[in-house]
Amino acid sequence: MAVSKEDVKYVAELARIRLNDIEIEAFQRDLNSILEYFDKLNELDTGGVIPTANALDIKNRFRDDTVKPSLDREKALENARHVRENSFLVPKIIE
Amino acid sequence: MELCDLTIHELRSLMEKKEVSSRDILKSVESRIYKVEGSICSYMNIDLDSAYARAYETDERIAKSGPAGELDGIPVSIKANMCMEGYETNCGSRILKGFKPPYTAMAVKKLMDSGAVIVGITNMDEFAMGSSTENSAFKKTKNPWDAERVPGGSSGGAASSVAAGEAIGALGSDTGGSIRQPAAFCGVTGLKPTYGLVSRYGLVAFASSLDQIGPIARDAQDCAIMLNVISGMDEMDSTSVDKGNVDYTKCLGTSIKGLKIGLPEEYFGEGMEDGVREWVLKAVDVFRGLGAEIYEFSLHYTRYALPVYYLISSAEASSNLARYDGIRYGMAAENAGDIIDLYSTTRSDGFGDEVKRRIILGTYALSSGYYDAYYRKAQQVRTLIIQDFKDALDKYDIILSPTSPTTPFKIGEKCKDPLKMYLSDVCTVPVNIAGLPAISIPCGHVSHLPVGLQMIGRHFGEADILNAAYMFQKVTGYHTMKPGII
Repeated sequence: MAVSKEDVKYVAELARIRLNDIEIEAFQRDLNSILEYFDKLNELDTGGVIPTANALDIKNRFRDDTVKPSLDREKALENARHVRENSFLVPKIIE
Repeated sequence: MELCDLTIHELRSLMEKKEVSSRDILKSVESRIYKVEGSICSYMNIDLDSAYARAYETDERIAKSGPAGELDGIPVSIKANMCMEGYETNCGSRILKGFKPPYTAMAVKKLMDSGAVIVGITNMDEFAMGSSTENSAFKKTKNPWDAERVPGGSSGGAASSVAAGEAIGALGSDTGGSIRQPAAFCGVTGLKPTYGLVSRYGLVAFASSLDQIGPIARDAQDCAIMLNVISGMDEMDSTSVDKGNVDYTKCLGTSIKGLKIGLPEEYFGEGMEDGVREWVLKAVDVFRGLGAEIYEFSLHYTRYALPVYYLISSAEASSNLARYDGIRYGMAAENAGDIIDLYSTTRSDGFGDEVKRRIILGTYALSSGYYDAYYRKAQQVRTLIIQDFKDALDKYDIILSPTSPTTPFKIGEKCKDPLKMYLSDVCTVPVNIAGLPAISIPCGHVSHLPVGLQMIGRHFGEADILNAAYMFQKVTGYHTMKPGII
């Protein structure tokens, strides 16, 4: 499954990373050599094998649905670039 | 021997006898930092003012009511991906330059509550992606044993700080070997606990099903002391597990006669340096001499571990690193146009090449049309690898291997070829895939370069591997050797 330049561009867009032409070519090369090496996974017949998300097979842990103190609002906004009316300010999303 | 070269247990004993104060230890660490830090660059930043304030406070408290905390007065270093309120926690990345977290990671808080004196924040590969610390956006850390070589990664700064006497103990994190491999490269002892034993609250996430925080120190006993402090269920991390109050130091000193040690043939194959093989097999003889039973066996799925690791960790990383968008924290592109432009420019300027590579690899593996072939396939093979280890650990108590197939490589040698760099993790990544605990201890030197030995235990079998390491260190002296730079 060879990775094309279009694939790299598409994926970079999904990941919100801008790449120039040199980077696209370099990542295309890297991805192809890495994925070629990873193709060995296809040697294995994994029919019926349950995928593992967590190695320890732990169950969801819930607490009572009671209100508890959370991170102080001011602290949460401390590192933001732009703050207005106690909220994070972002560029316009909807035209 | 300088105070900064002693172990936690030796220093605690001197403090109890009132022969040494917290300030004395810190002064010794400070001198050592002045002597070597310019050459090896373990630290991202050092805050001696706060450290002295803390040491002074500790000495006053001890004078009144005797030492209370297990790590009272012990100078430690913290890897730059663990949140510390008020300290710059940049994860080795430009995108988090200047970021000061509004809260402290649970493992760090526990260290502080036990009396540890934080000296500073150590250098690392950006977002813990790397095996050499060369991917840090800010500086390269040099191996204290040979300044032309890497200290390993991604906890390179943590391991070198302990090896060089710039800290008595350190916290590192391990996703695919990032505590064990730098510990091996720097001739110190490093433990990756079982997944879930130590809270990940405040650890900047790389791959959430693989990451663990663990200690790097001078010997197994010190690692046990630190593990006692940092382990335990945390309600802020719902993947942390309650294992009760185990005292890992009480398990040390038990005879290992009859201990079954398995040597997986796949870890001793081609690609392994002769010198590494020679020293690891010599160490196996030491274990034989202590009464352990040695068995050779096969871990069939080993060859698939590396692709499984890189697919899963990159996929998880692509999701975890989506939060770096310039809005809530970290770097934000100036003069960005619309919101997409803000995101794309911030991330392109802020992330280094290796981080971009893994995000792109991970996004590709998760994208529609490729998800089943890559990510889901990797998760299925993960199941097979876990079962492979379970079967082995039903027969053997411990699995033993080299930590790395090579001794520390030269700076610049592997960083141009990502696949070559990935291959250096071949002995360590399977452990994270299976969520098992593993320790790396020094077991020899090829000329002046340290060789590390890895021992893997059952889930929550830290006591077994810490004890085996302790018994080995009782009869050998590799863990006491110091690099020439000091």
